[in-house]
Amino acid sequence: MESAEWGSRVLPSLGRLSRGPPFGRMQGQLGLSLSSHGLSPAPRSLANADPRRTAFLLHKQWTLYSVTPLYRFSSARLRAYARMLSAFIAAEKQKGLAVEVGVELDIKVAVSSLPDLRGTDQDQAAILVQLSLRSPISKKNSEDKLVWSGCFCSVFGDDLSEKIPPDFTCLPLFLTNGAESYTSIVGSWFQKNFDCSFRRLAISPLNLGWMAAMWTGCKMDILTSAIELVFSVPRLPQPLDISYAIHPEDAKALWDTIQKTPGEITQEEVDVFMDCLYAHFHRHFKIHLSATKLVKVSTAIASAHCDGIIKFLQSQYLTGVLMLLTELAICHIQ
Amino acid sequence: MQRSQTSKTPKQPLQVHKHQTDLSAWQKGGRIDPEKSVQNHQSPNDQKNGSKPDSLEQALSFFEKLQDSVSLKKDHALQKHLTTVESIALQRGLPPEGFAILLNVALSGKFADTLNTHLLKSLVPASVIPENSVVSSVSWLCVGKCSGNVQLLFLKWLITMFDFIDHKEQIYALYGFFFSFLQDEKMCPYVCHLLYLLTRKENVKPFRIRRLLDLQAKMGMQSHLQALLSLYKIFCPELVTITLPGKVKTYFKNSEGPWKAAINAVRQRNKQNSPVPRLLFLGTVQLRSRKRKWNTQLIIPANSTNKNDLEEDREKNHVDLYRMNESFPVEQLQTFPQLLQNIHRLEFPSQMGSVLTNPLLLHYMNCIKDESVFLRLYYWMSQVLQEECTWCVADNYQHEEEFKDFLETVYKTECFLQEGFSSCEEFLYRSLPLWDGFSCRSQFLRLVSWIPLNSFSEMKSHLYDPLAQLFFTSSLYFKCSVLESLKELLCNWLNWHVIHLNSESGFQVHSLNTTLSGLVNTVAELVHFVGWISTVALRLENNTTFLLYFILDFYETVCDMYLGYNLPLLIMPPAGIFYPALLSMDSVSLNQLCYIMYRYRTNLVAAKENELSKQKILQFKFSRQTYQEYNQYVIAMVGCLWTSSVFQKDVHPRGLRMDDELLKKTAVQEFKTSFNIVYHPALMGYAVHFLQQAWPDDTTFNFSLIKGKKWNWYLEYLYAQGLKGLKVFIESSINRVSQASHSKAGSVKA
Repeated sequence: MESAEWGSRVLPSLGRLSRGPPFGRMQGQLGLSLSSHGLSPAPRSLANADPRRTAFLLHKQWTLYSVTPLYRFSSARLRAYARMLSAFIAAEKQKGLAVEVGVELDIKVAVSSLPDLRGTDQDQAAILVQLSLRSPISKKNSEDKLVWSGCFCSVFGDDLSEKIPPDFTCLPLFLTNGAESYTSIVGSWFQKNFDCSFRRLAISPLNLGWMAAMWTGCKMDILTSAIELVFSVPRLPQPLDISYAIHPEDAKALWDTIQKTPGEITQEEVDVFMDCLYAHFHRHFKIHLSATKLVKVSTAIASAHCDGIIKFLQSQYLTGVLMLLTELAICHIQ
Repeated sequence: MQRSQTSKTPKQPLQVHKHQTDLSAWQKGGRIDPEKSVQNHQSPNDQKNGSKPDSLEQALSFFEKLQDSVSLKKDHALQKHLTTVESIALQRGLPPEGFAILLNVALSGKFADTLNTHLLKSLVPASVIPENSVVSSVSWLCVGKCSGNVQLLFLKWLITMFDFIDHKEQIYALYGFFFSFLQDEKMCPYVCHLLYLLTRKENVKPFRIRRLLDLQAKMGMQSHLQALLSLYKIFCPELVTITLPGKVKTYFKNSEGPWKAAINAVRQRNKQNSPVPRLLFLGTVQLRSRKRKWNTQLIIPANSTNKNDLEEDREKNHVDLYRMNESFPVEQLQTFPQLLQNIHRLEFPSQMGSVLTNPLLLHYMNCIKDESVFLRLYYWMSQVLQEECTWCVADNYQHEEEFKDFLETVYKTECFLQEGFSSCEEFLYRSLPLWDGFSCRSQFLRLVSWIPLNSFSEMKSHLYDPLAQLFFTSSLYFKCSVLESLKELLCNWLNWHVIHLNSESGFQVHSLNTTLSGLVNTVAELVHFVGWISTVALRLENNTTFLLYFILDFYETVCDMYLGYNLPLLIMPPAGIFYPALLSMDSVSLNQLCYIMYRYRTNLVAAKENELSKQKILQFKFSRQTYQEYNQYVIAMVGCLWTSSVFQKDVHPRGLRMDDELLKKTAVQEFKTSFNIVYHPALMGYAVHFLQQAWPDDTTFNFSLIKGKKWNWYLEYLYAQGLKGLKVFIESSINRVSQASHSKAGSVKA
């Protein structure tokens, strides 16, 4: 039962166009396909997945991008890609200036496949790109320093992949950690070679509200950290953020009174939940939070910022959060 | 992140050295010259920022004419111009045209080494170095007139600036010349370095390998020789059998020489002066601006797929620099005959977005029915349109010009392909509710005209409703623009229909699952929409002639849909358009209306004949209502222009019929005759002129004189004034039994 909260999400109308190319998906199918999986913190398809292999995602800030399907990407050539990417990075860093020939490239690139990071078998295995600085003195035992990582993944993204010809690889969600200059180089390389496009995946206040409600409802063994919502007041000369922290048990109690059907969340319920929190806040501080913009949601599960930054905190809910993000990314590219 | 120049200027194509990257630098030296645009973009900057733009020109022309040996110390003019060149070069770099001149002076051997060295040291490019300037320098080098020091300095310069040379094909052709310089002991390390940059597989020859081995035997293990040999070994492992040390820390000494600081300074400076980075100062925009540098290139150069690199066979133990398969690189595609000759071995570029600016590839695209081609383009374009839309994304407004250009390019591509993009259609629907009707107006409205004909139910909510809101609340000019693009939209749909009708047999199902009835419904919906907004607009704008012109222009297409486009649909204009046009004060509108009514008649008569002649039951026929509507209108027109009976016979509910009692109250004498080709307000001016010419002495303006034979003369006069529409209408719709006798309306029998 504890898993039920991850269940079907009856999506609010995002004003998305349901038509378009033949592979465009319909709004209705989206809700349907999610509910049919009956998601749990550790979905059955990943029952034998090793959480240690995806643990690198936890407790780090990831910047989110959506990526259109990669054209003629082959997971059998990851080593070749790594070699080419590393040459590309070296060239980009030296661009325009003749370089000393024969110097060892200082950035090491590793491209690897992460079969553990996906929702169903229809999902492509995630691709992890890691850049590390070679240690200055080439000692055998000194560790290379990881400076940037990027992860292409798709968790229950079969709505998109089903409708696309086999020449394309659907990994609509791209997470990066590290300097943006590397993101740009790696991104350009992928753009040039696989004819894909990247866009920053901003999270709308509406979706942040969803996250707040969904994550509040998750049952945790230890409920320690507070649920924090950060609101930003628009149109002020100085930026003003309001942080609203709620004890997780109180928030969960509130949510439990609102949610009618376990395993299903509706937009209406999310609205009621947020309105209750707003009303409570107004009673104490006489501030209408509904007039502000929700910019950040932090819970014990994960924290998400509207600029498209996420931090995963619980490995058991990693897939669930990634599924939500995959869904947002798919919406973003269609 | 401070690397790329501006988002407007195309990035310098990556001309990196082969060991560094995908070993495909050679592919990029083709005729396509994206650097040219860099030049073009930068020259205005140079002008603006240069303290004394003229002085550099003067200096260059001075050096161009410099003939005899001069002494730097004594010649003040020389000193002055040299200082100018040096200071400008170090500040903002030299323009491409300067290199040939200065290299010519420095390497000719005519002048003192001090001058030559000064000049070579100041050869810092602002954008690119033309290939031919380098080629001519090499010929100087071969003549051997300049001193060893200058030769060395030139080689160092060439190595450092290698990436700035705009093309390299001719330089590659000079490989043998460079190779011959190896024998010079001093130059050898630098020549090796240069050869290292130039070597391609075809250059690796047994005699060269022998020569290198000889040199190595003579000079000992030199890192620069090893570098070249190891490169040769990579290309042709079967030819180079000696073992070389695996990892060498540095093959070549740092040969950046005196230019590195200057190049960086110039680059820094050019970047500051370029239009985009100033946005970086605007705090909040920073995130977006940074994004722009890598993420959204609106104009992409066409590059071949790095097929060999991407799909390189891991089994091979050498890198295949040569394209072993037969595909024709898109960079080399320059002419239409080339396209025809190579069409079977052409591949689309690595980024489909680049086809937009490449007509040859668009031709190719027209021939290729590959879903993935359109899918790649679809994804790319929808991302760019969403990301760059200046009114959908906050803070994007600075890039309006750029976005305008992009929309323009998309529109031109659609015209070229005669086909709308679905990504563009989605963009229109998505962004229309947010559009202010002002930014990128003409581009946006032109794109509307290419909305594909494949959806019926959603046009209303996605296009018509939001467009109507803008339409009613915007200026007269905007209204006219909207009408114009909706006319284009109608024409495009009709053309599409005709083409598909011809390509598929008869009234069959169309390729986009649109049945003929679906198509008829969609077109009817559009025509009704335009009828509605036009009616409202005429009232809002007080029946302005300008607006009426655009409305009637639309109906010029509508009235001919049956004969012109084989579409079984005719829709009469609503009364709110017909009567204002009929009673217009302007002869242009009246003439246009006459022409339209004539075409309606022709179409309806043809449809009727078709219906009668064909035995089989047609799937579509015009309803009685259309004929009735036409007849009502034509009666009103004949009454208004010919029989002077407009107030009696017009039975249209919104028509002109009035009771005699009411008409008497107007106190107009002879109201019955007050509407005909003489008295109609749009034509009265002609009648006055006619009277003046026919009865020059009569100043009473007795219009009643125009009757009988004179009436016919007047008619001829009107036709001669260019009222062709009136002519065809009267000739077709009015049965003139005999001259001056009563005529009757030739209405089409329903």
